[in-house]
Amino acid sequence: MAEAMVDAQGLTKVFGTTLALDAVDLRVDPGEVVALLGPNGAGKTTLLKLLATAIKPTAGGGRVLGVDLSKGRDAIRRRIGMISHNHHLYEELTAEENLKFAAVMHGMRVDGGPIFKALTEVGLDGQARRKVRTFSNGMKRRLVIGKMLLFEPDLLFLDEPHNTLDQAAIALLNGYVASVAARGGAAVMATHNLSRAYGMADRFVLMRDGAVVRRVDKRGLSADQLRELYGRYAESAEAAGTEGVRQGP
Amino acid sequence: MVAGLLRRTWAMTWKDVTVELRARERVNAMLFFAALVLFIFNFALGPDREKLREVAPGLLWLAFLFTGMLGLGRSFQAERENECFEELLLTPGDRESIFFGKLAGNVLFMVTAEALILPLFGILYNLDIWAYLPSLALVAFLGTVGFSTLGTLLAAMTAHLRAREVMLPLLLFPLTVPVILGSVHATEAILAGQGLGQVSHWLKLLCGFDLIFLVVSPLAFEFVLEE
Amino acid sequence: MEGRTAVTAVQWTSEAGSPRSRASLAAKGFGAAAALVLATGLYLGLVVVPPDAVQGDVQRIMYLHVPSIVTAYVAFFVVFCASILYLWKRDLRFDAVAVSSAEIGVLLTGITLATGSIWGKSTWGVWWTWDARLTLTAILFTIYVGYLMLRSFAEDPRAAARYGAVLAIIGFLDIPLNHMAVQWWRTLHQPSSILRPGGPSVAAVLLLPLGINFAGLALMYIYFLLERVRLERIRHRTAELRLKRGRRG
Repeated sequence: MAEAMVDAQGLTKVFGTTLALDAVDLRVDPGEVVALLGPNGAGKTTLLKLLATAIKPTAGGGRVLGVDLSKGRDAIRRRIGMISHNHHLYEELTAEENLKFAAVMHGMRVDGGPIFKALTEVGLDGQARRKVRTFSNGMKRRLVIGKMLLFEPDLLFLDEPHNTLDQAAIALLNGYVASVAARGGAAVMATHNLSRAYGMADRFVLMRDGAVVRRVDKRGLSADQLRELYGRYAESAEAAGTEGVRQGP
Repeated sequence: MVAGLLRRTWAMTWKDVTVELRARERVNAMLFFAALVLFIFNFALGPDREKLREVAPGLLWLAFLFTGMLGLGRSFQAERENECFEELLLTPGDRESIFFGKLAGNVLFMVTAEALILPLFGILYNLDIWAYLPSLALVAFLGTVGFSTLGTLLAAMTAHLRAREVMLPLLLFPLTVPVILGSVHATEAILAGQGLGQVSHWLKLLCGFDLIFLVVSPLAFEFVLEE
Repeated sequence: MEGRTAVTAVQWTSEAGSPRSRASLAAKGFGAAAALVLATGLYLGLVVVPPDAVQGDVQRIMYLHVPSIVTAYVAFFVVFCASILYLWKRDLRFDAVAVSSAEIGVLLTGITLATGSIWGKSTWGVWWTWDARLTLTAILFTIYVGYLMLRSFAEDPRAAARYGAVLAIIGFLDIPLNHMAVQWWRTLHQPSSILRPGGPSVAAVLLLPLGINFAGLALMYIYFLLERVRLERIRHRTAELRLKRGRRG
């Protein structure tokens, strides 16, 4: 059995008086795309940030890419990629400069060649010398994907990645995620867009108020069924606490 | 490994300088503010030439420090505006190079402002700065490094806070009193024609301050960045 | 629902919080002792001891002024140590000690400034002079007031603890540098009568109230510290109990 990409238990995060995440377990295997579904405040972003080592858990822990979360944060950071609705790009720099900067900070020694190649693959080679400030959201997201192509992460974290994107960018993003999964990597995606999630993911983890309320496999599940489950568990207050038949880990 | 550290430091500095050169926010504000300060001192203190010459070193450093403070407050502006703090958190590798890169950028900006303030100061207050330029430059550099080292660390700390514009000066100034006193006294001695030998103890204090906090601050930066 | 509300990282022993606990009784013991010792010391210093030949009765204020600043330095040293321990062990109890000690230190420094100012008015005719000691005390006061303000502005208790710890360490390292700088700048103050190579130049009988007051203030410091730490731990406990789920935004 191949080593899990993510194997975490009891992840808890407290911000002041808010319990953003309450003892969440998550396991992701190679080749999987897992969707975290839930309304705002469910804890999806917090969970992603915890796994990406951007923040530290208040309690709980585990391993990401085989490395202990509390010890090997640097090793983890080298092999993951985060695509979120914040672009993390410097507006005053050009596309090329943004990639160059990110690459150097990531510890890579790259010259113009690989950078140009990455830009070409996301269709931004013509805009390489233009400031990111002039880009549309779709172009910015494509640039971020270009960054990922440079880093070649094994594990992707995506936080509402489809917001405000045009069709071409969406297609590129979905294709990229699929390619990562196909070569043995994995992706964890937080979204409240159920149809996109259904199209891309193999498993769904429904969350509400910082906890996991339901886990389902895509096998034998229709999009409508997913929608119904979401409405029942993730959104309504009464359903919380009812233990139904659970499928999957 | 050291090469990687230097490369990342350089990249960080390059990024800050480039962003600033294109946005032109910080340096413009700093220069304008400095000019304003120099003029207002003149009006506030009256036209008595002799009195002004006496307090000149202090005035000069007041101008340097207030201007520097303005620049430091904007150190992490680019990160804040572009929401790149998270990106910094996710960047693999040591945090020290990020700190030194930021510091180098801040020192560069402050020194640039000082280089423009100094001649203006010489003109407005009729002081012969050119004769003493090397010594003045040395003292200015030592003082700037000390001020900016703690300043960069505290700017990172206060970047997320409410009332950060108040908190940064409130925290920074009491801590940098040794730098202020040392720089002003050394400048005083220089402008009085006494040379640096007279004030070697102040210079040693400045160097000591710089060294201590150049070592401590990058280590502390790690704790400030994490969440 | 999978979550368990076990936020184990912020668990506190409940006994320390109760007013009847052993810790609280010990604190009250210190408080009583402090009151007794201070009363004795102050009586000796303010009433019994003969007035100073040169300065007259106002010199008596030194019996409070000097022990006050010495105890303040002790308090700030404790903040320094507790801060290092917090950053190392991440146990919020160390942080409780740090903030409590800082508050008492600020109080004591304030007393030092006030008594120093009164003495100055009587001796030199002005409420304030920029002599070395007063200036240093004022700087010290500002640094640690800044510490308390920094903590109050941080949204999350752990961020407050972290930022505070860094500032406290930097501040304490800064103190000797400030000492040198300010002392070279000014020397109007009486040269130290006690901390001199040849031994104290103050007559032995006058040293007694000083020593007693110092002991009294030290006891008072311990009393306040214990009670304040207890308060802080109750606050931690309450925050833990009041944790709201989700809605972090």
